[in-house]
Amino acid sequence: MAAPAITGLALFVGLPFLVAFGLAFTSARLGSPLPVEFLGWEQFRRVLADPVFLRALANNGLFAVVVVPLQTVLALGLALLLNQPLRGLPLFRTLFFMPVVFPMSLVAVVWVLLYAPGEAGPVNAFLGWLSLGSWSPRDFLHEPAWALPAIMLTSIWQGVGFQMVILLAGLQAIPAERYESAAIDGAGGWGRFLHVTLPGLRNTLIFVVVITSILAFRLFDQVRIMTQGGPGEASTTVIYAAVRAAFERQQVARGAAMTVVFFLIVLAVTLLQRRLLRQEREGR
Amino acid sequence: MRGAARSLRIAVRYTLLLAAAALMLAPVAIMVAGAFKPDALVLPEAGTLRGLFPERVTASNFADVLARTRFGLFLSNSLLVNTAIVALGLVVNSLAGYALARLRWRGRGVILAGVLALLVIPFEAIAVPLFWQVTLLGWRDTYLVQILPFTANAFAIYLFYTFFLELPRELEEAARVDGAGPWRTYLAVVVPNVRPAFASVAVLTFLTQWGAFLWPLMVTSGPAVRPLPVAIATFFTQPPLQWGDILAFGVMMVAPILVLFLLFQGWFVRGVAASGIKG
Repeated sequence: MAAPAITGLALFVGLPFLVAFGLAFTSARLGSPLPVEFLGWEQFRRVLADPVFLRALANNGLFAVVVVPLQTVLALGLALLLNQPLRGLPLFRTLFFMPVVFPMSLVAVVWVLLYAPGEAGPVNAFLGWLSLGSWSPRDFLHEPAWALPAIMLTSIWQGVGFQMVILLAGLQAIPAERYESAAIDGAGGWGRFLHVTLPGLRNTLIFVVVITSILAFRLFDQVRIMTQGGPGEASTTVIYAAVRAAFERQQVARGAAMTVVFFLIVLAVTLLQRRLLRQEREGR
Repeated sequence: MRGAARSLRIAVRYTLLLAAAALMLAPVAIMVAGAFKPDALVLPEAGTLRGLFPERVTASNFADVLARTRFGLFLSNSLLVNTAIVALGLVVNSLAGYALARLRWRGRGVILAGVLALLVIPFEAIAVPLFWQVTLLGWRDTYLVQILPFTANAFAIYLFYTFFLELPRELEEAARVDGAGPWRTYLAVVVPNVRPAFASVAVLTFLTQWGAFLWPLMVTSGPAVRPLPVAIATFFTQPPLQWGDILAFGVMMVAPILVLFLLFQGWFVRGVAASGIKG
């Protein structure tokens, strides 16, 4: 009964995964008449000495450092606002979750319009209104300092509803008695948040932080559509660099080496999550 | 005094909710308003509040999209690929989840550990070698290459596995006493009792696959099998840049999924929440 799924996984996940490691140690190129040579660690040495790839790693790292805490806090804030006995909340939940069903490529195209340079650009206009006219309009997607932050904001807009829904489910799973006994002990709103809500959400928060971190390293669609990694290499990412190597320059071995580095980062984040979750189980 | 503090707190909460809702809704409103405006007015008015309420509403952008692109083809490509992934995926992954949760067979432990290990591998980590594989097989520019690699899914198997573990065994034992084999038990007893699991997995699969961009971008070179997410990106870079047309394309592309979302909202939200709880 399990055979079709297991065969599929073996052929389309297991095999390419092993092939990735294999390819990364060779000189393979697509459509090249030259014989494939075994290069040992050479591809990794080249990739890790490539300033574009190092910039890509730094960009993904910066993206994670900014977006993970910001998006998690925003998602938690929205979830807390929605976790109340107030009227009309399902409507707000629908609104906040709606961007999640938008394909990222569409979101990226629409945000290119939102980031239009000059005072007519919606983001510029909004910042001008917010700063009472003291904001000087930017060409977000063509200025090295702004390209990556612009992509960050777009990603948060699209993804925050996803995290919010997971955190809301986590909040609703905290037993009401814990809040009641905290109230009897004289805890105020802030005290209840620190001593009941946060500990009760611990595992959900770890999960949300881990998937957002992994998403930060998977970044591709927005970069490809909004900036093509530019200006210069200001918004290039690991996967964007890997796809460019394999797909545009036919250097599959080099692309494979980059994705192996990417996988090792994802693996490290996942192992850290397992460790944190185990600690909690043992702590009890 | 207490009542006043309480109303103030409620007022603050609604203000925050409304501000957040305005920020979340603004890009969508700008997209929809722009889709119904003459091209020349879209960019100049995009940053104004007045621009959200066009004076002259026109459907010409939609006619342009249909004339300038093969929208119908892209939509049917997307529908075909996604329906196939979801439908085939539900069958093979639920069968695997059931076999792992309930049946005793040699190698079960190893396979289960293997599936759990594959959970860690994101698609991007295998995209390059998979691209190399399908190029060697001559599979580029087909529907098959967009469907087959995404049908068997470790996360879906794992979700089904956990759902089946929670199912009370008595139901299946009654079927077995009646002489039903594993396939009959699965079809007649198990499937009808885990409809929520099927709905959650279907919604999650659809959500992650409908917007897929990287893979179809790599493996489709012409419009014949190109899905919507790649089609809008291509249309966007194809001169002349006419924002009205692009936004109209966007509205046409997102309308079907928004309708699905509004109709089956509960399932979307539960599906995502389930991924958090089980993950």
